[in-house]
Amino acid sequence: MATSVRAAADGTPPPAPPPPPASRKTTPPPARTGWRSKLYRWDLKATPYVFVAPFFLCFAAFGLFPLIYTGWLSLHRVELGGEPEWRGFDNYTALWDSDFFWNALANTFTIGVISTVPQLLMALGLAHLLNYKLRGRGFLRVAVLAPYATSIAAATLVFAQLFNSDYGLINTVLGWVGFEPVSWESSKWPAQIAISVIVTWRWTGYNALIYLAAMQAVPQDLYEAASLDGASRWRQFVSVTIPSIRPTILFTIVVSTIGATQLFGEPMLFGGSLGVSGGSGNQFQTLSLLMYEKGWVTGALGQASAIAWVMLLLLLLIGGLRLLVARVNRRKLGA
Amino acid sequence: MKLKQTAGRQHHAGPVTYVLLGLAALVSLFPLYWNLVAASHTGERVVEAPAPLLPGPRLFENLTFAWNQVDMGEALVNTTIVAGLVAVSTVVFSTLAGFAFAKLPFRGRNVLLALVVATMTIPPQLSVIPLYQIITDLGWVDQLQSVVLPSLVAAFGVFFMRQYLLEALPIELIEAARVDGAHSLRIIWHVVFPVARPAMAVLGMLIFVQAWNDFFWPFIALTPDGNPTLQVALAGLGSGNHTINQAIVLTGALISTVPLLLVFALLGKHIVGGITSGAVKS
Repeated sequence: MATSVRAAADGTPPPAPPPPPASRKTTPPPARTGWRSKLYRWDLKATPYVFVAPFFLCFAAFGLFPLIYTGWLSLHRVELGGEPEWRGFDNYTALWDSDFFWNALANTFTIGVISTVPQLLMALGLAHLLNYKLRGRGFLRVAVLAPYATSIAAATLVFAQLFNSDYGLINTVLGWVGFEPVSWESSKWPAQIAISVIVTWRWTGYNALIYLAAMQAVPQDLYEAASLDGASRWRQFVSVTIPSIRPTILFTIVVSTIGATQLFGEPMLFGGSLGVSGGSGNQFQTLSLLMYEKGWVTGALGQASAIAWVMLLLLLLIGGLRLLVARVNRRKLGA
Repeated sequence: MKLKQTAGRQHHAGPVTYVLLGLAALVSLFPLYWNLVAASHTGERVVEAPAPLLPGPRLFENLTFAWNQVDMGEALVNTTIVAGLVAVSTVVFSTLAGFAFAKLPFRGRNVLLALVVATMTIPPQLSVIPLYQIITDLGWVDQLQSVVLPSLVAAFGVFFMRQYLLEALPIELIEAARVDGAHSLRIIWHVVFPVARPAMAVLGMLIFVQAWNDFFWPFIALTPDGNPTLQVALAGLGSGNHTINQAIVLTGALISTVPLLLVFALLGKHIVGGITSGAVKS
């Protein structure tokens, strides 16, 4: 369909000014009657705004307004249905003094690191392997993407069984190689690792495909030049591939980091009935879970709003760091 | 002589590569296979060590139970409605906005585009509290419009369509249509949509998958016992309700996963292409 339209366009003479005289029946714009040309000009001017309006209206109603309103709520004591009472920065100072908050912040950070760093490194390796000439290439690509099609809820429920301390397959397999059973739910680090495994499982293939596309866009001559210089394949990967796809790597780091700060479904469903508090000792309670617990279990919407705004500040910080890294990169390239 | 072989990146894969890739495929697919295994046993068998590795005889009973007693059928219908509406509306609105950003000159275009990209980083956590208050006031808890309306258009989609149309749509085509006296709606219908169709299909699939699997806001706006989507129903199953055994929980997970896996098996190649084309250019 697309090609047929383009072909038709190629068949007609270039319509840009000046149009070939008398070759067309329709009159060119200047000769139009007054109201038609007015309408035409209005159409040209207003149309772009009309086309982008749905996005901005939707964002204003469901993104910007709630964001600001959440900030306003964070300065109040609020219960659902009740009148907000002004509290200034009390909610924030309460967070500062709360062990639960620092625990959740630390957990968000550690789970974020454990789930992001190995994930992206493995994705890079996987993309490198998928970049070879392969039999069954299509199958392999779809296979590694299958976890991405699995929902957070379904994946977590399956992994919660696989990680079960008493009968789970993972402890069974560990037993074969001589390890003691690990209590994946109740100990802190095993639980955080298990949750990170779920995140890693769902996203590694997706990131690998993004890297793969970037790798295939690297110009061939760079590799030819490198191999003429006697660079080994590993050397080529490190000095040609990685620098060439650096913007893509940065992109995936930012996206995964943003995802990691919002982690909610995996720890919540991994914890079963203790999910909202992130396990019996809050050992895997993330900021999102704490926010949900404050807002929907305790009913303190003002405090939950303050946590949401702390998350926004964290993301702004990450965004600022990203700009800084990009600037340093540019300076390096310029030098 | 060895030079010619090592030049370029498209080497033929050796046995080690195949072993490693086979392992990656196994790790990717095994949890899905085991989901099917667990859904085909009794609840007692699933929680018995060692865990079953081969399918059992109970799949049909479990499916019937999940369908009738846990109402996964209703959740499946709800999810299809929500994901379908969200996908169609996001694709249409994103194409319009993406076209404007790619091909129509207007004042403030660059600033507005930067704003679109910036909004992608705002997490849903920053909007759910006011939205929850609003839907409570309106009596919209457990109503599907609560989860559809906030997702009618996505920044990712706008950016995705803009990147595609920037290259795929020649400006001459639009100018030609304008000289012929076509107004903007005609141009959209007869020029933009036909050219954008491949990207619209890919975006539609990506958004459909995303809406199908969306968790955080639906979990707040809908309740497992009310009018849930699949993900909300699964959250209800997984929250430690002791009257429901693990085989049924995992049957629910299977019901929520299989439709998307079928779509992936059929259209996987296009989805792979879509993911790669959308992300790299940003």
